Amino acid sequence: MMEHLLIAPVVLPALVAPFIIMVLRHHLDLQRIFSLASAVLLAGITLALAAQSADGTVKIYELGDWPAPFGIVLVLDRLSAMMIVLTSLLALPVLLYAIGSGWDTRGSNFHALFQFQLMGIMGAFLTGDAFNLFVFFEVLLIASYGLMIHSGGTRRFQAGVQYVVFNLLGSTLFLFALGTLYSVTGTLNMADLAVKVAQIPAEDTALLRVGAVMLLLVFAIKASLLPLHFWLPSAYANAPMPVAALFAIMTKVGAYSILRIYTLVFGPEVEATAGLTESWLLPAALLTLGAGAIGVLGSKKLGRLAAFGAIASMGTLLIAISLFTETAAAAALYYLVHSTLAAALLFLVADLVMERQGQWILPQLPMPQTGLISALFFAAAIALAGMPPLSGFLGKLLVLDATRGAELAPWIWGVILLGSLITIIGMARAGSLLFWKGHGLPPEDTDTSAEPPVDTLPARPAQLPFVACFGLLGGLVALTVFAGPATRYAEATAAQLYAPSAYIDTVLGRTEE
Amino acid sequence: MELLVASAVGILTAAGVYLILRRRSFPVILGLSLLTYAVNVFLFATGRLATGAPPILNKYEEVAYTDPLPQALVLTAIVISFGMTAVVVMIALGAYLSSLDDRTAMPAEPDGAGDDA
Repeated sequence: MMEHLLIAPVVLPALVAPFIIMVLRHHLDLQRIFSLASAVLLAGITLALAAQSADGTVKIYELGDWPAPFGIVLVLDRLSAMMIVLTSLLALPVLLYAIGSGWDTRGSNFHALFQFQLMGIMGAFLTGDAFNLFVFFEVLLIASYGLMIHSGGTRRFQAGVQYVVFNLLGSTLFLFALGTLYSVTGTLNMADLAVKVAQIPAEDTALLRVGAVMLLLVFAIKASLLPLHFWLPSAYANAPMPVAALFAIMTKVGAYSILRIYTLVFGPEVEATAGLTESWLLPAALLTLGAGAIGVLGSKKLGRLAAFGAIASMGTLLIAISLFTETAAAAALYYLVHSTLAAALLFLVADLVMERQGQWILPQLPMPQTGLISALFFAAAIALAGMPPLSGFLGKLLVLDATRGAELAPWIWGVILLGSLITIIGMARAGSLLFWKGHGLPPEDTDTSAEPPVDTLPARPAQLPFVACFGLLGGLVALTVFAGPATRYAEATAAQLYAPSAYIDTVLGRTEE
Repeated sequence: MELLVASAVGILTAAGVYLILRRRSFPVILGLSLLTYAVNVFLFATGRLATGAPPILNKYEEVAYTDPLPQALVLTAIVISFGMTAVVVMIALGAYLSSLDDRTAMPAEPDGAGDDA
């Protein structure tokens, strides 16, 4: 029975979601209970799985008992375990927030889509098959299309069209890349790909290199790397904010895929694809951070501010990933956890403000609970900008430390530090406009330009949104306090990533069993 | 045969990209459909082109067979792209009906900041 636990993170939401649609369609309370119960259970399952993989063993689950490379395998190693735990721990406060703020009542099928989204994300993190990765990408994307246009509205639909079209293009490119790789290697199992790619004769690498670059472009779209990031600001800014908070993990799916594929299959020592990514991935990541920071400074709306903050954090993350060394990967993993929680917190706080004041960053009359909300905004801002005392500072420090000896180290230091500065200025500007300038305003100044709150909400438990925000903040604090164990785990994960032979041997059944 | 398939993929892709760049929702959706056709044909060809060969092993006699895996991949890709097309049609329809404008570019928003900020 225990060996089936590995597929439970995919199966559980896959069962709960249709149950919610088909049986509980008209029972909002039951939907909430089932959705929450599923999220809690998921957290338990993923923690149990993480405990299983913590000693460095790689566990596999063969779907239909077909042995790899012929069947599809799910693989659990430290990286996968970390990502699924992060997903489930993010999903819980986001779901609490959506319930507490009443966002789930403003359209239909929120909870079912939420569960399908979790299913896709979990599957993408667990799968050991490249085509299966595509399928789980589609699952999480199709759920995200529904979530993104949840509760409707003209601009949300327009942004939704762009988001869907951009991602459909990405999916098409993904298929082209997979087809190219398959035509060269004859396999799509990641471990088998790693073996085959290492054996490819030198004259046959042209197609392989094309496939590898196309695959990287697909993941760069998901991870919002600079020239391919255009979908993100309007999509995240116009999505319901709790949904955008969940989407904080979706860009990480792209980052995870880059880490996975470009250490396992096209690792640094593979000759066929050597020198393919180093020359431009790092500069693109630097530009991503710059664009994100400037975007934060230039945003007139809170949603866009948070979206550009997410892009800036992706830039930092991708800088660390694109160094492709073990220490940098460890730093990247620590920063990944931090930036997911921080970006989600910022989106949720942005929603707290937007519910009360509308979406524009303008001086307005003080809102209810302004002290608490501004404190939360302050915490989210320093977390995302990477200021002490929260974990963003430690994460950036680790990233900077990992660049020692890198060719572009001065550039990296300059961009990260300057980017942090610009982000802080942008956040400080938004915060002081929103929370301080309003205190001096005469009452009649505000009613003309600002949009009224979206609609009058029914009586609701107002505490839950704050519980969710403080939950995320607690996660950040925990990540700071327990930075020692967290970095040790990240280092062990990075070491496992850069020694892929255990992964390959386990998946292909070369050792015991 | 190779020329036919290769040019089909190329022309479908080119037409698809052109239509997507038209930035009106109907041509964009058509372009996406053409692109998915292109990728389906491309995936089909990745198992090498063989005429008249079954995608199954014959254990009784030695006959030529073609790689079945790309066919399975194409089947999956067709199903997914079909679903995605339905989704994008619905969302585009929603956008059109609520804004009475089928351009996919987002119009500039009236600035809530007024003219002083």
